[in-house]
Amino acid sequence: MTDRPSWAPQGIDLTVPSVSRIYDYFLGGSHNFEVDREAGRLVMKALPGIAKIGQANRAVMRRAVRFALDHGITQFLDIGSGIPTFGNVHEVAQAASPEACVVYVDNDPVAVAHSRAVLEGNERATIAAADLRDPRSILEHPEARRLLDFDQPVALMLVAVLHFLRDDERPAELIATLRDALAPGSVLVITHGTLENSPTVAGQHAAHEVYRRTSTPVVTRTTAEVEPFFDGFEIVEPGIVPVAYWRPDSPSYDEDDPVLQVLAGVGLKA
Amino acid sequence: MTARPAQAAAEGDTAPGEAPDDNLRRFAAIWSRAIYPVTATSMTRAEFEDHLVPLARILRDTLRAAPFDPRAAVQVGTALIAAHCTDPEALPSILGIIDAYLVLYCPPQPALPADESRVRCARLQHAVSVGFSQALRERTLREQESLSRAALAAQAEAESALAASEARFRAVFECAAVGIGIADLDGRVLEVNDAMARMFGGRERLMRHNVSYWAQADKEPDQRALSAELLRGERDGYHMEKAYPRPDGSVLWANLQVSLLRDPAGNPQYQMALMEDITERRGLLSRLRHQATHDALTGLPNRALFFERLDQALTASGPTGRIGVCYLDLDGFKTVNDSLGHAVGDRLLVAVADRLSDCVTGPDQIVARIGGDEFVALCTDPADQHEVTDLATRILQALSTPVLVDGRELPVHGSIGIVHGPVGDRTAADVLRSADITMYRAKDLGGNRYEVADPDSDARAITRHGLTNGLPGALERGEFFIEYQPLIGLVDGAVHGAEALVRWCHPAHGILGPDRFIPLAEASGQIVPLGRWVLEQAARQAREWQDEHDGDGAPRVNVNLSPIQLHHPDLVAEVARVLDETGLSPRSLCLEVTESALIGADEDQLKPLRQIADLGVDIALDDFGTGYSNLSSLRWLPLSVLKLDRAFTRGMRQHPADPVDLKIVEGVVSLAHGLGLTVTVEGIETRTQAEHLRALGCDTGQGWYYARPGPPDRLHRLTLADAS
Repeated sequence: MTDRPSWAPQGIDLTVPSVSRIYDYFLGGSHNFEVDREAGRLVMKALPGIAKIGQANRAVMRRAVRFALDHGITQFLDIGSGIPTFGNVHEVAQAASPEACVVYVDNDPVAVAHSRAVLEGNERATIAAADLRDPRSILEHPEARRLLDFDQPVALMLVAVLHFLRDDERPAELIATLRDALAPGSVLVITHGTLENSPTVAGQHAAHEVYRRTSTPVVTRTTAEVEPFFDGFEIVEPGIVPVAYWRPDSPSYDEDDPVLQVLAGVGLKA
Repeated sequence: MTARPAQAAAEGDTAPGEAPDDNLRRFAAIWSRAIYPVTATSMTRAEFEDHLVPLARILRDTLRAAPFDPRAAVQVGTALIAAHCTDPEALPSILGIIDAYLVLYCPPQPALPADESRVRCARLQHAVSVGFSQALRERTLREQESLSRAALAAQAEAESALAASEARFRAVFECAAVGIGIADLDGRVLEVNDAMARMFGGRERLMRHNVSYWAQADKEPDQRALSAELLRGERDGYHMEKAYPRPDGSVLWANLQVSLLRDPAGNPQYQMALMEDITERRGLLSRLRHQATHDALTGLPNRALFFERLDQALTASGPTGRIGVCYLDLDGFKTVNDSLGHAVGDRLLVAVADRLSDCVTGPDQIVARIGGDEFVALCTDPADQHEVTDLATRILQALSTPVLVDGRELPVHGSIGIVHGPVGDRTAADVLRSADITMYRAKDLGGNRYEVADPDSDARAITRHGLTNGLPGALERGEFFIEYQPLIGLVDGAVHGAEALVRWCHPAHGILGPDRFIPLAEASGQIVPLGRWVLEQAARQAREWQDEHDGDGAPRVNVNLSPIQLHHPDLVAEVARVLDETGLSPRSLCLEVTESALIGADEDQLKPLRQIADLGVDIALDDFGTGYSNLSSLRWLPLSVLKLDRAFTRGMRQHPADPVDLKIVEGVVSLAHGLGLTVTVEGIETRTQAEHLRALGCDTGQGWYYARPGPPDRLHRLTLADAS
């Protein structure tokens, strides 16, 4: 395909499953179409615990938001936010700190439109249509500029999004670009799919196959591969670990085992 | 929609002595343990359990309420959905725990019969189910609706962005200065913009034809191949300059870029042509090129183009290839320019150029104007020398008719130097120099002819050329000197004087006689300073002899005057100045003038000579008898000496002498003496000649018999010998 000029719009194809709507389906939402549910069911068949993964991912995100709030951060940049099903960053953050500001970023036009509807009337939360693959477009987005003060610490949330970037899209460099725009004391939150600790490799492969049919295939990475994403950040305790083990509120239960298939880590910028 | 405990179920109703909240909490804990795993909530277990306590309270209070109204439990189902407990599979767990534990932990107060409690519990479960189902359905519908709205909004946004984008593209398409056309893969023209329609003289005409018609307008196999590759998807585009016929018969030159448009899957879909009209640019370029390579006056190729072609001819065919060059210079063109003006001269040149153009017979021949009246014809790889000489002949023939300018017939002739032969290692400059030299040879041979270059002539001419170039400096460097040939009195045998003869001691060619360089000096104008120098030197020498002889009987000196000197306006003043500066008696100086220099001279032109004669200087008529000697002119020319050419004396070398020659010389001497002229005879080589001439009454003699030309001191010795 030839390069399109940046001002040429992307089309919307509702016959292609969308990762954010599949995710909503996993979380028990109805913000999805049959094409998404069909894909979601296939993933669930391959990985029966996937719904729990999503839930745990939401939970760890909430804990990470609280971690940031505890460090006095009230600005949040959530890239790859998807469909706002429940337990969103602004709900958690603004419940704890009314002055908290949240900028969501997504490249799915439907998710953006939906987020816009949900956030309507909220003066301190907004959505920007942009793509992580073009970090400058995020940093220079008028909505981000309007709500965030990059001279003050920001919590950069890359929750369950980096595993949709291929290595040749140079995720570490994209993160570094974002990092350079952040003030010292900023926080980086990453959760990332992994094949480490996987109960069934076959299931993972099947899930990959399903995601290949979406516009965004999944690239799982190991702890060692995720660690360079924190370049320039000091990774806080307990390091890069399965989501359930990242500063849990309560001891985990046996039924949470599938949760081991997503890694979580939080870094502090010096 | 958040679950709020019904106001009806007031805490105050609890019976004293119980710890109702403990039991309520216990029930909530059991309930939470069953539901949490199937709930997609981001709450922690503890939070979720806390969240369930008010719901448990509603159930308890409803169970106890009198009158019993299970509808209050509907909100419990609603609240569970609100807490994201949306999985239908959670419902059995929700109801199962109520069924098994609610009555146990929160028994109705006052106590009811077991059956009644069971019935109430069952009806509570029905109500929770209703609330759960209704809320789930509402939530599902709401979420579906909000998603649909979002999808529509996103689509609308994308469409409006697309529309804006299309509008921009449409504007670019419509307003572009370049022509844009889109066709399908079968070559059907689908759309063209205004610029392209203008280029081709109308949209209808463009759309009427298939792309293949336009592509093969000038039958280009290259483009056909490129186009086929493009349509097969093997290339994404190609670029070329192309000529298209326009309806008015003119030609459109276009800079054409054809690109392949693919569908999202990458399959070829359309072909697009971008076309820039470069007709004017090409026209301008070719006009500029024509101006740079053609002569503005005659329209012939100019010097630059000629050398370009000559270089091509010299390099393209290799050393074995042949070339032919005819270098033409008009005879006497300068006279036309000087006498009739440049306007006439220019028209003459234009007429000549036209005639020359007609002499060219093929594309391998060109005629160029490379200088004022210099033209060159070039034959590339001629078959033989005849082809070149034929061309030269045609040129001379073409010039044989006078040119009519302003009703005046101007005769026009030219001299042509031909260079023909293998290219060898010659450069363009070599070829042209050789042609130039040969042209001058043709001119020297009388003009209106051609000569063919040969190496010997070239070498001579090159020497001639070198001498001409060396002349001006030679005078400054003192390379000239003068020898004197005695003039002997035939009666007394004494030295009466000497003729001054100039020599050039050339650094490369040795000592050169006047016949080698005087014509060159005359042609180049150097004769004026050189002649002045000779006059000065000879006069100074004669003055020395005067001093040595105490005036009386000192040898006189004869100095040659060239026709050009004769016409030089300063001549009289020069002669007077030299006489004045040297102090030489005018009687001791004789200026020799050739007969040919005086032919046709009118009284004005003779005036200087008369003035010189009035100064007391003798004038000798040199080489008398070589031309058409006009005897009557002897009457009025300011002469005092007649020098008979050696031709008259050849017949007197032997005994007996040629009687005719004797008669002629006798007659001439008689005539001369009758007019008061003395007679000098040149070229006396034998004693016999000398005796005959003395007998015939000649006054003075000159020649090898007496002495060859030599340095002045030798003459001095001779005169001293005479005197003794």
